[in-house]
Amino acid sequence: MDFAHSLAAISAEELISGAGLVLLLVAAWGGDKAARAISVAALVVLVAAAALAVPALAGGVGGKAAFVFDGQLRVDAFASFAKLLIYLGAGVTLIVAPSFFERFNALRAEFPLLVLFAALGMGIMVSAGDLLTLYIGLELNSLASYVLAAMLRSDGRSAEAGLKYFVLGSLASGILLYGVSLTYGFTGTTSFEGIRTALSAGPLSIGATFGMVFVFAGLAFKISAAPFHMWTPDVYEGSPTPVTTFFATAPKAAALALLMRVSLDAFGAHVSAWNQIVIFASLFSIIIGALGAITQNNIKRLLAYSSINNVGFMLIGLAAGTPAGASAMLVYLAIYVVTSVAGFAAVLLLRDENGDPIEAISDMAGLSRTRPGLAAALAIVMFSLAGIPPLFGFWGKFVVFQAAVQAHLVLLAAVGIAASVIGAFYYLKVVKVLYFDEPADKVRGNGDFANTVLLALASIAISPLGYLGTKWLGGLAGNAAAALFHVV
Amino acid sequence: MTGFPILSLMLLVPLVGAVLCLKSGRETARVVALIATLIDFALGVVLWTHFDIGGAQWQFQEHAALFSGFDWKLGIDGIALLLIVLTVFLMPICIGASWNSIEKRAGEYYAAFLLTETLLLGVFVAQDLFLFYIMFEAGLIPMYLIIGIWGGAERIYASYKFFLYTLLGSVLMLIAMFWMVNEAGTTDIPTLMAYNFPPAAQTWLFLAFFASFAVKMPMWPFHTWLPDAHVQAPTGGSVILAGVLLKMGGYGFIRFSLPMFPVASAHFAPLIWGLSMAAVVITSLIALVQNDMKKLIAYSSVAHMAIVTVGLFAFNRQGLEGSMIVMLSHGIVSGALFLGVGVIYDRLHTREITRYGGLAVNMPYYALFFMLFTMASIGLPGTSGFVGEFLSLLGVYQESSWVALIATTGIILGAAYMLYLYRRVIFGEQANADAAKLPDLDFREWAMMIPLAAVVLWMGVYPESFLAPMRKDIGALEARVAMAKPKGDADVKTGAERTATAAAAALASAQLKGAK
Repeated sequence: MDFAHSLAAISAEELISGAGLVLLLVAAWGGDKAARAISVAALVVLVAAAALAVPALAGGVGGKAAFVFDGQLRVDAFASFAKLLIYLGAGVTLIVAPSFFERFNALRAEFPLLVLFAALGMGIMVSAGDLLTLYIGLELNSLASYVLAAMLRSDGRSAEAGLKYFVLGSLASGILLYGVSLTYGFTGTTSFEGIRTALSAGPLSIGATFGMVFVFAGLAFKISAAPFHMWTPDVYEGSPTPVTTFFATAPKAAALALLMRVSLDAFGAHVSAWNQIVIFASLFSIIIGALGAITQNNIKRLLAYSSINNVGFMLIGLAAGTPAGASAMLVYLAIYVVTSVAGFAAVLLLRDENGDPIEAISDMAGLSRTRPGLAAALAIVMFSLAGIPPLFGFWGKFVVFQAAVQAHLVLLAAVGIAASVIGAFYYLKVVKVLYFDEPADKVRGNGDFANTVLLALASIAISPLGYLGTKWLGGLAGNAAAALFHVV
Repeated sequence: MTGFPILSLMLLVPLVGAVLCLKSGRETARVVALIATLIDFALGVVLWTHFDIGGAQWQFQEHAALFSGFDWKLGIDGIALLLIVLTVFLMPICIGASWNSIEKRAGEYYAAFLLTETLLLGVFVAQDLFLFYIMFEAGLIPMYLIIGIWGGAERIYASYKFFLYTLLGSVLMLIAMFWMVNEAGTTDIPTLMAYNFPPAAQTWLFLAFFASFAVKMPMWPFHTWLPDAHVQAPTGGSVILAGVLLKMGGYGFIRFSLPMFPVASAHFAPLIWGLSMAAVVITSLIALVQNDMKKLIAYSSVAHMAIVTVGLFAFNRQGLEGSMIVMLSHGIVSGALFLGVGVIYDRLHTREITRYGGLAVNMPYYALFFMLFTMASIGLPGTSGFVGEFLSLLGVYQESSWVALIATTGIILGAAYMLYLYRRVIFGEQANADAAKLPDLDFREWAMMIPLAAVVLWMGVYPESFLAPMRKDIGALEARVAMAKPKGDADVKTGAERTATAAAAALASAQLKGAK
């Protein structure tokens, strides 16, 4: 594939990097006063990048035309689907962040830029067709994320979150890199296509198995699947809430998409070898996520455990190892991202009379009487995360478990869904606090307009009205998943 | 009536009402709720009168391919029709029961109630497997809120128990549904009802569905959520729980377990009988020692539902028809009994039996109604309870005389605990001064009691009105399960009465047509 074609295919990435560099100059020139303007500009850039990514979404299933830069990157429907979710998460972060940071006088011009560069890194991650491109994208995203976690310098928890994220993230990157080197050593190539060809020749050698296990372990950290989940509650709690919103949406989507590409493409010839790892991680995440959340009184920690729990359900789709499973996983991911947006938008609206954020669940007691709309939105989020029909969160679980049953993983599906009842308990607990308890009347602050609109839109999307979009969403996800399975 | 989406309209009316109620105050909300439920009742009557008895098995069908994976597909047969009519009949009465007793957050209360009605009706009209599941599960949310917000002192515990217990029961059913759809290649319930699943798979599928329906029903020993939920729920909630929600379990057995897994049903029939016999005896004895009126009636519900399961798994016409009539009758009677408890609870704010006594003196009309419903609960001939229980027990007698023998003790024990309750509350000394001063029924309570009493007598004296619509469907079901029917211990010679019933059906439908 010639160079000009390759350059034309990655226009979204070029736009973000070019605009990011220009805005960096603006930031250097204008300082923190320009932060709001830069945020708006960055948002516009993300919207434009999303528009550039759309055409590939409905495009063919890929084939050779999707291989750009000699297979270093893939520009296919799958990458586009993931990118749109990433840009959505990043865009939402840019919308909610300014008013939050201004309260602490900590709105810095670097913030929108870091989000932008993280989004660029994630775009590369999900398009990667080679282990090295993968690593570059991952590190670009991670470095930006570490700084974002510690953005609120005056807050000890934020600094702690940044440091923890950095130390553990580096360790995970090291593990991943070790796996990459082993895989390279035993297959002689770093390209996904080459690895797939080399591995499909015969049974998996012991060295390649080790490489694969290390790669999966490294990626499991990035998606916060148990047993590599320990950082998640601390980082979610400590990071400023807009950053937590970001972590729960964009990097989560990117890392899961990356895991899908690596497992179904590079290691796609040996599904039975890696799906034991995935099944274990899935069930363990579901159970850890459910049990860990029960005793939490901080809504952000609770949502962190909830994200571990939800990743477990998504991995069930991956364990199926079929196009239907991959498509189900993408549907789940899309619904989860929207649910998280709604959840964190609601959390951001919880403020006391001084405008300081409220994070303790007990402080939300009786919210349904003082702020019925907000309480209803939170209840929708909770029931949706629990996967109770008719809320849209049920649909994600529905397609994932259906795919698992179709792939004859009936036992996994049965155990997984039974464990989801444990999770339902703590979601119910939040609803109980919101609706059954006497009002604590702590939530007094007025909401931010952009936040409220965001919350309303996201709540409508995950309400039963979301089912009207199932055909459309299923079609896009199916198209995206098909791209993973049509490797030439 | 073909082409007009009356079923969708019946689902839509309460939903619109719910949205309207949400933001209104108490006075507006209760009027809106009453109007919405009365419109639905009128639609239910239209549905019944336009239902072509003996015609096509599935009527009023609607189909819209709105979603991926499942369809908006509605339609009813005679069995569903009766349960729908029961639901829309009880709903306005529940609103009436809540008229004065719900004071806080009334708008939300009526909204939750109307939402429940939509979802309950949705369960009975759904013709798509997953649509059914969504409606079946979604009903948990409004009920959880009703118990948790407007319930009694122990409401939090009861609401959790209700939600998690029933959720755990249902989720395995979803996995079984996936398997079935994968195997049969359709989500259409009527098609699935005729599909022959491999017998080995039927065992697992049956158990997965059993987990859900046994909890919903509830069957002993999965019933423990029921007394808690009943006792803590507000009166309207109790009426709808006992009246309609429990019927979803029985409906599930009739609609899914029996026709879809006949082999496994026959295989597990002894288990069902065993659990039912245990339930009849044990829960009746537990009911005998209760001090809380609602708890007593809750336990009696479990005992009555056991008669339903016994009849369902008798695999013959009498058993199946009897079970349906018990369900309808129990829906009316237990609803009426909870209402009766609600009437005096509203006055004295206690459900403690010993706090009452001698109410016959100061509340004679109340005593009269309560007597009628007590007798119906016991199963006195002439009331609705008798017809159903008699048919059910007759059905199971053909299969196993021992099961029939033990299940029949339920009627004796039922007489014991109900009469004992009646004696302590209505008769005897007027031991409590405040109870002796209670005023008799007011207009609102009369308006609720009269229709219930009328239906109890109607069903008891002329059950044909209720048997006719479902006769053909029960016949189809009997034919479907005949292939797996276990050999009973009775030596029944089938005579020519089958033609007689057909003639009666034709006569009844002719009469109904004449009435139009």
